[in-house]
Amino acid sequence: MPVEIDIDESYVTAYLSGEIDHHSAGELRKKIDAAVEMSYPQLLILDFGAVTFMDSSGIGLVMGRYKLMSDLGGAITIQNAPKAIGKVMRMAGIEKLVAERKGNIKA
Amino acid sequence: MKPINEMKLSFDSRSCNEGFARSAVASFIAVLDPNMEEISDIKTAVSEAVTNCIVHGYRDGIGIIYIHVKIFEGAKVSIVIKDKGCGIGDIKKAMEPLYTTCETGERAGLGFSIMDSFMDKLKVRSKPGKGTSVTLEKSIVSKG
Repeated sequence: MPVEIDIDESYVTAYLSGEIDHHSAGELRKKIDAAVEMSYPQLLILDFGAVTFMDSSGIGLVMGRYKLMSDLGGAITIQNAPKAIGKVMRMAGIEKLVAERKGNIKA
Repeated sequence: MKPINEMKLSFDSRSCNEGFARSAVASFIAVLDPNMEEISDIKTAVSEAVTNCIVHGYRDGIGIIYIHVKIFEGAKVSIVIKDKGCGIGDIKKAMEPLYTTCETGERAGLGFSIMDSFMDKLKVRSKPGKGTSVTLEKSIVSKG
C-alpha cells in the first residue's frame, strides 16, 4: 500500500493508492503521522484518487487522523474519493466530520 | 436448496491474507457477471468479516479462517466466513454501529454495519470459546 506525501508550508498532502484494509492501514498511519509530526501543518489533505479498495479500516484511518489534527489545532480534508470509497465513507458520516474537496486545493 | 456451484477456502488468520480472501470470493462469483458496485459491495463485506476473525476471533494468535461460498439458482450468493476463535459474548452489542472494543481509536466499529447494508442478508452465530460464523447473502441483479 503505497502513499506519497507532499509537505508544503502549511499543508501535508497524502496521496493514497491501492487497497486500504486492516493489513495496510497500520503502515499508512505511521507514514502520515510521521509527516504531520514533523511539520505541524494547518491542514492535512488525504487524497483517495488512486485508491482501488477500502473497507472500514479506511474509516478508522480518517477518524484517527481527524483526532490527531484536532489535537494539534489543525484541520483535515479528503479529496478525490472514487464512488465505491465514498459509499463506505458515507456509512460513517465522514462527510459531516471532514470537508470533502473535489479538486486540488493548492493555491 | 442445492447450490449449483460452490467453493471452500481455509487459510491462516494473517492480515496479509485479507486481500487474497476478498479477491478469491470476487473471482469465484465473477461468472455471474456482477457489476462494479456489486463486486465492490461483496469484497468490502468479506473484508470486514475476515478482518473480524483476525482482529477479534484470533486476537491472541494465528488460527484458521474458513470461507464457504455457494451459488444458487437465480444468481443468489451465500458466503459463510467462520473462525474457531474466542467468540462473541454479546452479539447484539457487537453489531451496534460504532461499537468497538479497540481502544486505540483506529477501528471505526462499523464492520457489521457495512456487512448489513452492503449485503441483502447478514446472519451472525457465535459461542464464547468456540468461534463465530457470519453468513452473508446477496442476489446478483445486474448482468455485467
